Amino acid sequence: MIRLDRVTVRYGHGRNAIAAASDISFAVAPGAAFGLVGESGSGKSTVLRSIAGLIPHAEGQVQLGGAAMPPQRNRAQRRLVQMVFQDPYGSLHPNQTVDQALASPLRIQGLDGGEQRIATALREVGLGPEHRFRFPHQLSGGQRQRVAIARALIVAPRILLLDEPTSALDVSVQAEILNLLVRLRRERGLTLLMVSHDLAVIAHLCDRVGVMQHGALVELTSSDALAAGAVTHPHTLELLRSNAGYDMRGAEAARFEA
Amino acid sequence: MSGAPLLCVRNLRVTYPSAQGDTHAVRDVSFTLGRERLGIVGESGSGKSTTGRAIMGLVPPPGRVTADELRLGELDLCRLSERGFRQLRGRRVAMVLQDPKYALNPVMSIGRQISETHRAHVGGGKPAARRAALEMLEAVRIRDPERVFTLFPHEVSGGMGQRAMIAMMLIANPEVLIADEPTSALDATIQTQVLAILDELVRGRGMGLILISHNLHLVSAFCDRVLVMYAGRVVETCEAGKLREAKHPYTRGLLDALPELGRRRELLPQLQRDPAWADGA
Ligand SMILES: Nc1ncnc2c1ncn2[C@@H]1O[C@H](COP(=O)(O)OP(=O)(O)OP(=O)(O)O)[C@@H](O)[C@H]1O
Ligand SMILES: Nc1ncnc2c1ncn2[C@@H]1O[C@H](COP(=O)(O)OP(=O)(O)OP(=O)(O)O)[C@@H](O)[C@H]1O
Ligand SMILES: [Mg+2]
Ligand SMILES: [Mg+2]
Repeated sequence: MIRLDRVTVRYGHGRNAIAAASDISFAVAPGAAFGLVGESGSGKSTVLRSIAGLIPHAEGQVQLGGAAMPPQRNRAQRRLVQMVFQDPYGSLHPNQTVDQALASPLRIQGLDGGEQRIATALREVGLGPEHRFRFPHQLSGGQRQRVAIARALIVAPRILLLDEPTSALDVSVQAEILNLLVRLRRERGLTLLMVSHDLAVIAHLCDRVGVMQHGALVELTSSDALAAGAVTHPHTLELLRSNAGYDMRGAEAARFEA
Repeated sequence: MSGAPLLCVRNLRVTYPSAQGDTHAVRDVSFTLGRERLGIVGESGSGKSTTGRAIMGLVPPPGRVTADELRLGELDLCRLSERGFRQLRGRRVAMVLQDPKYALNPVMSIGRQISETHRAHVGGGKPAARRAALEMLEAVRIRDPERVFTLFPHEVSGGMGQRAMIAMMLIANPEVLIADEPTSALDATIQTQVLAILDELVRGRGMGLILISHNLHLVSAFCDRVLVMYAGRVVETCEAGKLREAKHPYTRGLLDALPELGRRRELLPQLQRDPAWADGA
């Protein structure tokens, strides 16, 4: 469903250009869930943005549903893949109500039955009708993230890209959202690609996992291998070590280093 | 906890009135904060951020804040004017907001925002402020401070924005820091490093820290005490290290809902809410 073939993405021009993702290749089968982890700034969001067609890639090829994506995507190609952004506040327009935020992708895609679709999408993410006409600042962080997920789901995409979808959520809503994603995957055959720094969240939802560092994909592994600690790259091991909350030894080392 | 409390909160209430009825975002919350790490956990909408904002005088209108007592050291925050709060904010109490991209000024470079904060609160000239800002960026583990100094908020990754925000809040050396999900966009390694910096400030300079987080593992391992909030109330207070043994069914439900590495469950148990909890049961 998703295939990246030696994709490189650069920001900036000339001397100031940096390769935020270099030479990335991996594939995700239809209906599968793939997780992307790695240190901050390693290029995870960049990879998602290039799959979503939000930024051009300098080299390589992105294939979705078996077709190579052109630099300018058409409406159907854009509908195929939807993204939930890392920063729910930034991605929701402050002057738009929830209702308007959900109506606009329907309008762009020329889909009808808006009334019904909006009500269903809100229910699916566990928001009540009382939230429908609120502005983003009148919602809690978790409620805003659910709006962002509802907005991605409302055009019924086949691929959903999720950038830290639960990092702003409390554990009870996180459980609801993870259960929702499991259900969507099962019922609709949705293909998922999720970025998270919480390895337990990744292992819960995903079968296969890619590990990034400094813009490169340094290890491809499975959730089972992660859980068993059967990974090889030092960065993966480091992520695994500091995953169990606040790592006192890591903190001591950091203090020492500082 | 040592010495007199830095912050006293007794029966804090915050209400947002609206045509559809009032939202009681915070209901009779009481706690004190010493030179310690106090965690606040609780589900989305339970009033954690609103509690922090009330202490900062940042509850937006038409929100109403009342309290039997709200005191920072000797200073009565209940009687403080907006002008008084403006002088206080950043200098004596600072808050790392939950949404860094929103909290940072989108049209000013990160370096300039941090150095101007330094000049406003600490004084000194531009070169000193620049040096201090670069040091702070380095302290929060920004890999290339000189480059990041010149970048605008939309040009940095989520975790870098969050650390820039932390740098800006710490540069004036506040007595009390309220950190609202300060590390939710950070990977575990950098999260540990950023928390080590906060820890250093609590131990070394006697700062009081309120850490708002939904990450129960993190709060349990990092903090001294934890308040558990539900529907605007504190339903349980416990020693952080004993969070896993918490008694309240709500806290137990939160712990159960956590995915665990190596213990894969098809579906996670979702919280079954009991209406009685909202009344302080
Ligand atoms: N618009 C931009 N202009 C210039 N550089 C950018 C831009 N967006 C991202 N970068 C840089 O690209 C690199 C990768 O950023 P990216 O957002 O993909 O990281 P990430 O892995 O998602 O990190 P995080 O976990 O912190 O969100 C970083 O060094 C970042 O500063
Ligand atoms: N400006 C506002 N106007 C109206 N209601 C608001 C406003 N800000 C917050 N609320 C409501 O107050 C309640 C508490 O919100 P708050 O942001 O404090 O929750 P929180 O515990 O920080 O949640 P999260 O973990 O999702 O950030 C929620 O029901 C929210 O919808
Ligand atoms: Mg990112
Ligand atoms: Mg909040």
